[in-house]
Amino acid sequence: MLKFRGGVHPPEGKEATEHKPIETLPLPSRVLVPLSQHLGAPSQPVVKKGDKVFTGSVIGEPGGKVSVPTHAPISGTVVEITELPHPLTGRLVTTIIIESDGNDTLDPSIQEQNLTELTPQQIIEVVKNAGIVGLGGAAFPTFFKLSPPPDKPVDTLIINGCECEPFLTADHRLMLEKTEEIIEGTGYLALALKVSNVIIAVEDNKPDAIQALKEAVAGRDFRVIQLKTKYPQGAEKQLIKACLNREVPSGGLPADVGCIVQNVGTAFAVRNAVRFHRPLYERVVTVTGNGVREPKNLWVRIGTPVKNLIDFCGGYNGEPQKIINGGPMMGIALSSDELPVLKGTSGILVFNRVPELPEQDCIRCARCIQVCPMGLSPTRLNYHIRAKRYATAKSEHLLDCIECGCCAYVCPAKIRLVHTFKFGKAEIARLKV
Amino acid sequence: MSENRPTLQVTASPHITSPVTVNKLMWAVVFALLPAFAGSIYFFGLRALIITLLSVISALLFDALGQRLFGRKITLFDGSAVLTGILLGFNLPPNVSWWMPVAGSAFAMLVAKQFFGGLGHNFINPALAGRAFLVASWPTQMTTSWLAPRGGVISGLPASALNICTDAVTTATPLNVLKQGAKLVLPGCNPTNLYEQLQSWTTLKSLFWGNTGGCIGETSALLLLIGGLVLIITRVIDWRIPLSYLLTVAALVLILPGHKAGLVNYTLFHLLSGGLMLGAFYMATDYVTSPLTAKGRVIFGIGCGILTVLIRLWGGYPEGVCYSILLMNVATPLIDRLTPPRVFGTRRKK
Repeated sequence: MLKFRGGVHPPEGKEATEHKPIETLPLPSRVLVPLSQHLGAPSQPVVKKGDKVFTGSVIGEPGGKVSVPTHAPISGTVVEITELPHPLTGRLVTTIIIESDGNDTLDPSIQEQNLTELTPQQIIEVVKNAGIVGLGGAAFPTFFKLSPPPDKPVDTLIINGCECEPFLTADHRLMLEKTEEIIEGTGYLALALKVSNVIIAVEDNKPDAIQALKEAVAGRDFRVIQLKTKYPQGAEKQLIKACLNREVPSGGLPADVGCIVQNVGTAFAVRNAVRFHRPLYERVVTVTGNGVREPKNLWVRIGTPVKNLIDFCGGYNGEPQKIINGGPMMGIALSSDELPVLKGTSGILVFNRVPELPEQDCIRCARCIQVCPMGLSPTRLNYHIRAKRYATAKSEHLLDCIECGCCAYVCPAKIRLVHTFKFGKAEIARLKV
Repeated sequence: MSENRPTLQVTASPHITSPVTVNKLMWAVVFALLPAFAGSIYFFGLRALIITLLSVISALLFDALGQRLFGRKITLFDGSAVLTGILLGFNLPPNVSWWMPVAGSAFAMLVAKQFFGGLGHNFINPALAGRAFLVASWPTQMTTSWLAPRGGVISGLPASALNICTDAVTTATPLNVLKQGAKLVLPGCNPTNLYEQLQSWTTLKSLFWGNTGGCIGETSALLLLIGGLVLIITRVIDWRIPLSYLLTVAALVLILPGHKAGLVNYTLFHLLSGGLMLGAFYMATDYVTSPLTAKGRVIFGIGCGILTVLIRLWGGYPEGVCYSILLMNVATPLIDRLTPPRVFGTRRKK
């Protein structure tokens, strides 16, 4: 079994939800849809206050080359278009607030399509118009990944079903419940990329999903491969290394080694887009953690306030200390439970007691170096950044850091390494080091 | 924002952390040394206990004093001062004066550790620095204050060897006998025979169990190995340093000239005697003063092994573990610079 270097084995914490079928969250009465839910330029609003919208209607047009449209997740009335802090970055972003009419009327453009002659270009166009972004968390516009530059021939598509983040089971449940659809979507992605080598990669802690996928790919020459359960197995570069033994060059992209990685959730969204022209307005979210009464996997409309999800899961179990958008290793702590679910929200974790131990001085145990999947020396980078030696940090490959959190997880001195690295990267960008 | 909303903590990821802490690591090493500590009390009696305790208590006090002087947070219970105290005590002959561990701790904690910034910033192992300071300042005490262990003699030699040789042999440690052999014996006593006796299975057994003369905590290879293996299995220490250290010593004594009574016995004699086990498992592995990467640690272990053998065979001291580790501590920043990990997606620099 091929593998990547480094990594950690945090407690998985998936028991609470991995056997629970995905339930549908009741329609929210109000959604807050930020127009920047993806990497790249925000979309531009094309509706105004008072407009009636259907579920799936375009409310924001792409705002640049690397950008996607945004759609209404529910039918109803646009009650406000305003600047609100982005749930993850805190920067002000145009947000469209829609009040539900309770009918969930679909936009008339959403209907079964005639799929007889699909060209790669058509698929890419449909994927773009459906506002699909990588659903694994990074939320990079999918159409852009499907259009690699001509000088970088792509020979392999990897569908990422690793879900290596602890606690999250959204992809796991999707692979079990929408197996056929994921395979169908994978077929469209392979067609768009014109590749025949397709790998579906799943960690070996999900044998039932592996089994289901293996049965579903019968008759197609997709390969379902089982990878060792090790965080961050699902990180793009580590996944490519483990599946193909290819190393994406420092500063490069997967296309540099002839490879494109898409999440299983993305494959499912692509299937809906190609088959029904259904845009991306809902996704699976795992709601779990010791701070929530009944952990669940939910189908959630984008823009639904986090509080709705928690209420549907029996409410808070005591006083919550931290609410995280995403997994415990890379997720972003939210400042309020009124913030909305985004396209990239794979989980909402509620923790009651988060041990926040004080930082101690580094004792040079080098555990951070041993676990860094990128081969960096976090302890050295930490010293450089705290001493404002940004150029040195950059020359020691700070920008290769994928912020997976392995270093900070193992650090016995509990040094906030990822925090420092995010700060260091921001300073390098700000000061143009 | 409406009322009755929870106050949430917003910090950067990751939001979970491993249960391993600095304090747990330090205390783990302390616990791993307990079998050897018990052994030292068994072999050398109450003195071993008193000297080690004096060393630990004074290490705690001087560490706290240093932290106070430099306005740092006082961390009596992080385990690091206790560990240094135990290691310093283990590195002293059992019959030294009571103030020796106190003086050693003062140097270790104040000069070697706190002057350089406290835990994590010292460039040499504090316990070994303390020992080196004592050897340089009171050499006679540090090289002659041996005690005969319970159930054995200082030199570890079998009774038959003691009959034919001088009193000097009875007050020399095994490594000292190896170093000075010919000088210690009376006319008519055959030195070759002495080396054979020194490398006999009887002596080797004494070195293994610990009933020979030596510093308080270094004599029992068995008890040190037990703790060392526990530390390796629980991943508190990296196996690379002790393994490369011990293998280098073994390989070098095999090929270099020496008073070999037999290759196997001679190699085992070198591995089991002196402070090698204590140094290889508990002091060369000190995080702060050893290299960061796997490759660097192997180089470090090999360097310690080479220096130890060179000092033992040709140096001015019978034992070279302390100085070899100290010298490699000093070389550590250089080793780190030469052995960075390979960054993913880059070729190793030529």
